[in-house]
Amino acid sequence: MSGGSGGGGGGPSLMDSLFQRTLDDLIKGIRLHTPGAAQSSFISKSVDEIRREIKSTDLQTKSTALQKLTYLHSLHGFDMSWAAFHAVELTSSPSFAHKKTGYLAASLSFRPSTEVLLLLTNQLRKDLSSTNQHEVSLALECLSVICTADFARDLTPDIFTLLTSSKNFIRKKSIACLLMIFSQYPDAVRVCFKRLVENLESTDNAQTLAATVGVFCELASKEPRTYLPLAPEFYRILVDSRNNWVLIKVLKIFAKLAKLEPRLAKKVVEPICDHMKRSEAKSLVFECVRTIVSSFYEYEFAVKLAVLKIKEFLLDTDLNLKYLGLQGLLLVAPNHLWAVLENKEVVIKSLSDVDRNIRLEALRLVMSMVSDDNVIEICRVLIGYALKSDPEFCNEILRSMLSTCSRNVYEIINDFDWYVSLLGEMARIPHCQNGEEIEYQLIDIGMRVKDVRPELVRVARDLLIDPALLGNPFIHRILSAAAWVSGEYVWFSKNPFEIMEALLQPRTNLLSPSIRALYIHSAFKVLSFCLHSFLLPRKPATSSSSSSSKLVDEPDFTYSESEEETNVDLATTSSSLSKKKPFTVTRDSVLNMLALVLTSLSPLAGSHDVEIQERVRNVLGLAQLAQEEISCDLDNKEKIIDGVALKTSILIRLINDALSEDLGPVSLSAQERVLIPDGLLLEDNLGKLDTICADVELPISESFSLVKPVLTDVDSVSMKQNEESSETSAAESTSLLSEHRKRHGIFYLPSDNNQDASRNFPPANDPNERDNDVEDLVRLTEESLVLKRKSNLSRPRPVVVKLDEGDRLPITRAKTESNDDLISGAVRDVLLGNENSPPPPHSKVEKSEIGDSSRRKSKHRKEKKHQNVEESKQKSGGRHGRHKARQRADEGINKTARNETTNFWVAFRVTQLVWTWKVKSYEALLPLKMLKDLKMVILRLKKC
Amino acid sequence: MGIRFILMVNKQGQTRLAQYYEYLTLEERRALEGEIVRKCLARNEQQCSFVEHRNYKIVYRRYASLFFLVGVDNEENELAILEFIHLLVETMDRHFGNVCELDIMFHLEKAHFMLEEMVMNGCIVETSKTNILAPIQLMDKAS
Repeated sequence: MSGGSGGGGGGPSLMDSLFQRTLDDLIKGIRLHTPGAAQSSFISKSVDEIRREIKSTDLQTKSTALQKLTYLHSLHGFDMSWAAFHAVELTSSPSFAHKKTGYLAASLSFRPSTEVLLLLTNQLRKDLSSTNQHEVSLALECLSVICTADFARDLTPDIFTLLTSSKNFIRKKSIACLLMIFSQYPDAVRVCFKRLVENLESTDNAQTLAATVGVFCELASKEPRTYLPLAPEFYRILVDSRNNWVLIKVLKIFAKLAKLEPRLAKKVVEPICDHMKRSEAKSLVFECVRTIVSSFYEYEFAVKLAVLKIKEFLLDTDLNLKYLGLQGLLLVAPNHLWAVLENKEVVIKSLSDVDRNIRLEALRLVMSMVSDDNVIEICRVLIGYALKSDPEFCNEILRSMLSTCSRNVYEIINDFDWYVSLLGEMARIPHCQNGEEIEYQLIDIGMRVKDVRPELVRVARDLLIDPALLGNPFIHRILSAAAWVSGEYVWFSKNPFEIMEALLQPRTNLLSPSIRALYIHSAFKVLSFCLHSFLLPRKPATSSSSSSSKLVDEPDFTYSESEEETNVDLATTSSSLSKKKPFTVTRDSVLNMLALVLTSLSPLAGSHDVEIQERVRNVLGLAQLAQEEISCDLDNKEKIIDGVALKTSILIRLINDALSEDLGPVSLSAQERVLIPDGLLLEDNLGKLDTICADVELPISESFSLVKPVLTDVDSVSMKQNEESSETSAAESTSLLSEHRKRHGIFYLPSDNNQDASRNFPPANDPNERDNDVEDLVRLTEESLVLKRKSNLSRPRPVVVKLDEGDRLPITRAKTESNDDLISGAVRDVLLGNENSPPPPHSKVEKSEIGDSSRRKSKHRKEKKHQNVEESKQKSGGRHGRHKARQRADEGINKTARNETTNFWVAFRVTQLVWTWKVKSYEALLPLKMLKDLKMVILRLKKC
Repeated sequence: MGIRFILMVNKQGQTRLAQYYEYLTLEERRALEGEIVRKCLARNEQQCSFVEHRNYKIVYRRYASLFFLVGVDNEENELAILEFIHLLVETMDRHFGNVCELDIMFHLEKAHFMLEEMVMNGCIVETSKTNILAPIQLMDKAS
């Protein structure tokens, strides 16, 4: 069959027409060639032929070419947009077969952007008014697919005429076509709606009724209230019709309407139950069940009947029915949990069904049963199933457990110790891929629930010390949370040395750089804690208050004033070494730890990853300093009080003070609430930091600087004030911070609570306890925190810190004025118009059927209209735009909130540290990025 | 819109008929078909006929070597769609006489024509086999 190519380069020739491949030839050809290169080359050759043939003046040739192209388009995905014009040409053919091919090609390939679309308008109009009903039908079918606003506007009159056609064949299709017309051109409702309603009344005609009900079902699903006035018609169909397809659609309509009008529900529930009892068709029975449990759940007897049917479905051998039964139960669950409990056995058994879809439904049902009483038991069962299941379903189980338990800020959890160990257990499930969520929850619980921290640290320790876990990349995220927890709450740890070893174990090189950096940062926290316990062996909480009482005179005051306190502290240190501690720190153990830190981290100091390098340098700096000091005082404890020792101790205490500040959960909108002050350009580089530093540098440098600066008057005053207010140096760092805060308040989060002393420093996030006043902040010591913690222990359920506005931001949905609103608006007008005109055809039926309610309803209707009008006015008002903008902003925040909260606190701490250590020799401890700023500050100091 | 698309796919996953009731680009269609076929063909006889995919529910049924897949929105009654699929197969059976994959391949236009009689705008408009086949028989007679 190579004759097709005989036509030469130009247009199609007679040869083309004579030896054209038919569609059958094409299909056979495709089947002959093996799929792959041979087939595709055959197809592209055929397409070339088609391109030639389709230009033929002979309609038969053109038609066959288009047929072949349509075939290739719809089954092999070939583009045929280039042939749009030829399709339009063929629709005007006098031959029905050609016309049919043309219309099919149009309806399969045209899109709203097709250029030649409008050329079709006239042909459509011509065919719509044809005397041949099959031509009309072709045009209607094509229109129902490709209809655009232009088509709808131009052709509405034609459709309107067809709605009263004497031929059912035409009428039902024009009715079905209306749906598309309405959605494209809402004004058509004013013209056609009345005739549509008339078709609803002609019950004698089953064919058109199915189409009409279908249209109303679609319309009502979008804006049900508008169609309430038609309830009597639907009711009549519900009672009279014997066509299951129609009944199902009517039930769907009532499911929507009943929610709006309780009296209607009362009237309709009986016939629905009748259908449920009598019908043989499972589809109808299921639709009745679904309607009852979703919209008529207040009617006890109906629900009982529905649940009975659901039970039959569940016990059926047909898997489809079982699946639908479970779905039905899921719909009942929110209002009638007893129904689920009644069928508990089937549900639990379905968890191990072969069909994944059934298992998923069962899982959803099990989760719906969870309450604070049974959560422990259910989770135990589910973990058992998770271990048995395939990886995919296992993760599905874990995911739903995590989301159910964390719902509403862990609403159903009473025993957090249990929950935290459950999270630990989940991490050990081999297929677990929910690392991210578990990571989030571990940290979140740590911040929200103080009481659980000891257990949390225990769980984290178990995870960290297991080297096998490092081999599974899926749980690295969990490990990073465990590392963070062990560092942050290290004072709850029974053995920090063990944690240090775990954090520095060689296999941590399997972690990604960012997580590894977190490990190292946690090591930093652990190290500073251990050094603190060794050098200043008191509980960090009591350090500040006790120091003043145990004041010991020191002979040499070689340093600036603030050093006095330091000396005091060190003196107490030596005297109270024997004090009770959570664990014992000996010199050897500390030295061992320092050696471990230095050996395992030194190789990383040259890491290519900035984060790792930065943090390693922090740790190494601290470790080297400490090692120098501790190893040099070999024999004499008294000698500890000399220059080097002092430096380390001050440093350790400051770091520890900074680190022991409690992190609280931060509201997602916290950042949003910060108003950007006028003239602040966030994109600006940090050059301006210079000027900000200028006015704070002096009081800071004065506090414990080796280089004694020249003070200006103002600064010395402020310095003295500082001294007065900060009796202890622990408070000092805070006071400096607050001083800074006072001056540069605009750069801080608005934190306006100061009453509650219980929370040490989460002012930005907890609106119940805002502190505006800086002095109060100074008074907040950790002591009060400890007290609170103890008092909490006596309570049954630990306090879970919540933010008043909720952790998830309320999602304001911007409602757009869509075509649906326009349609319902037009429908309301038409319906109300009907009411006013003397004998509306359907009002008779209303009276005969359920006259009372309909009359009452008509009043109701008017009121409703007013409401709606007002609503729509409001909607279209200015609120609209703002809502949208707000929503967009909210979404952004939601996404980045987690990162930002962490970043915020990290940044916060770094600033804290920078403001408190302005001494040159400590440079090694500061993050590289900060060094530059610090150097700048020091330079300025020298100038002064 | 109840029905969003109707697909007929053979055991090898090749599409034999595709009718969409909402506009999707060719790429979107190809991707969607690929995903659905992979999901449904992997299932066996012991599993139910409903699959959730993206925001669709897929109701499918296998007849000999051919899979009939119907994508519906979440409101739709699954059992009714199963009945619809059966009705479609019965109608084709009546016309072609024991319909097979090849019948649909070689008479794609007719198959579309039947579907057009049964479904418009995603709504089922005709459920009587006689009514559905009447125009086609008339056409056959004329040609």
